[in-house]
Amino acid sequence: MREIAYEDIVKAVKNMVLHTATNLPEDALKKLKEAHEKEKSPVAKKVLEQLLENAEIARTEKRPLCQDTGLAVYFVKLGQDVRITGGLLKDAINEGTEQGYIEGYLRASTCDCFTRENLKDVIGYNLPAIIHLDLVEGDKLEIAYAAKGGGSENVSRARVLAPAQGRDGVIEFVKSVISEAGPNPCPPIIVGVGIGGTFEKAAISSKYALFREAGEPHPDPAVAEFEKELLYELNKLGIGAMGMGGTETVLAVHVEKHPCHIASLPVSVNVQCHSSRHNHITL
Amino acid sequence: MSQVHYLKTPLTDEDVMNLKAGDIVYLSGVMFTARDAAHKRLVDLIENKEELPFQLDGAVIYFVGPTPPKPGEPIGSAGPTTSYRMDSYSPILIKHGLKGMIGKGKRNQDVKDACKKYKAVYFGATGGAGALLGKLIKEAEVIAYEELGPEAIRMIRVENFPVTVINDAYGNDLYEEGRAKYEVKD
Repeated sequence: MREIAYEDIVKAVKNMVLHTATNLPEDALKKLKEAHEKEKSPVAKKVLEQLLENAEIARTEKRPLCQDTGLAVYFVKLGQDVRITGGLLKDAINEGTEQGYIEGYLRASTCDCFTRENLKDVIGYNLPAIIHLDLVEGDKLEIAYAAKGGGSENVSRARVLAPAQGRDGVIEFVKSVISEAGPNPCPPIIVGVGIGGTFEKAAISSKYALFREAGEPHPDPAVAEFEKELLYELNKLGIGAMGMGGTETVLAVHVEKHPCHIASLPVSVNVQCHSSRHNHITL
Repeated sequence: MSQVHYLKTPLTDEDVMNLKAGDIVYLSGVMFTARDAAHKRLVDLIENKEELPFQLDGAVIYFVGPTPPKPGEPIGSAGPTTSYRMDSYSPILIKHGLKGMIGKGKRNQDVKDACKKYKAVYFGATGGAGALLGKLIKEAEVIAYEELGPEAIRMIRVENFPVTVINDAYGNDLYEEGRAKYEVKD
């Protein structure tokens, strides 16, 4: 049994939160640069130029990339030969999140869903974090993090299709979601698609898909092919950077696929804005 | 063709009528920040015929909920938030003198109609460029609803703040026009 101390988790999470708020990851930066080169619309090109400049200012002056510093979302893989000492894993992640958000002057964006009262003095600063926990083989603790903004989350959708709608039905659904979203989720976007499983499995898969390095194809060649096809279809919509019209609307499509019930075809589309702030640590 | 304008706030009817969807505008002067909660309070004040915390005539409202300022700085990161959440409030404010709104994302028909009827304009700023845009805000002061935190109303002073005209006072919509130009139909 390997022991990992509560305090070490708090510290590692805090540092990851702080770093991610001001440093756009390499994968997202690379995709934005590619889009800037390829974009045909002068208006959209100008927007992409601003985004690259913004990333540079954020990094060098340690300013948050976006004022929506997100809800903290985690996918945690806990090796079953690990024992956490000194407290609960979830508490440690929440504490690290809170410390990071306070120290970085990041925004407290959690509220009660009906009263809309900010929860910073009730539950904690930008708490609770959203934590998806998986128990895996080994003696490591892997924590993947994303600062997920509200604008792109608001246009995300899940639906259970009829099996007869098949592959074409999925393409049509994803297209309709992105088309309707238009300028709202801050394009150029990354699109996570979860197909199969159950209703909630599809939704969680679509979120998990966004944690992949932008543009890294799915290991299954058939799924990777499907990702390419979706990317091509979505970029035909002409939405462009910030919806002002253009050729580069979607930077990458990531699909996660699972077997499902013989009666259903669940599909979920989770949208990530261009400020794809994600990171991971292994303890 | 898209034109470039340098304008000072507050905006006049003439300023507004010179703008067309797709034009780039660099705004300088005083603007006010407000999001959902502050909008609701402003509209309640108008309906109760009470005094507003700032002069609406010619005003520009920026839809933003900034990050907290670091010590010695006026404001944190401050990019636009999605505007449709203000759609039910904006027409009433436009009727009472509001000339410009800055946000991101689509507006509904009521807002577009109000822009046409009362000569107002909706600008888009670059969402997610919070570090860049926050730097162009030279002064910021909470003037109402401090308890709302990021949603409080702030008076801000900007210099050459870059925006693009999305909905002009003639009924044009850049989101529709821009997209139609680049859409590939099967």
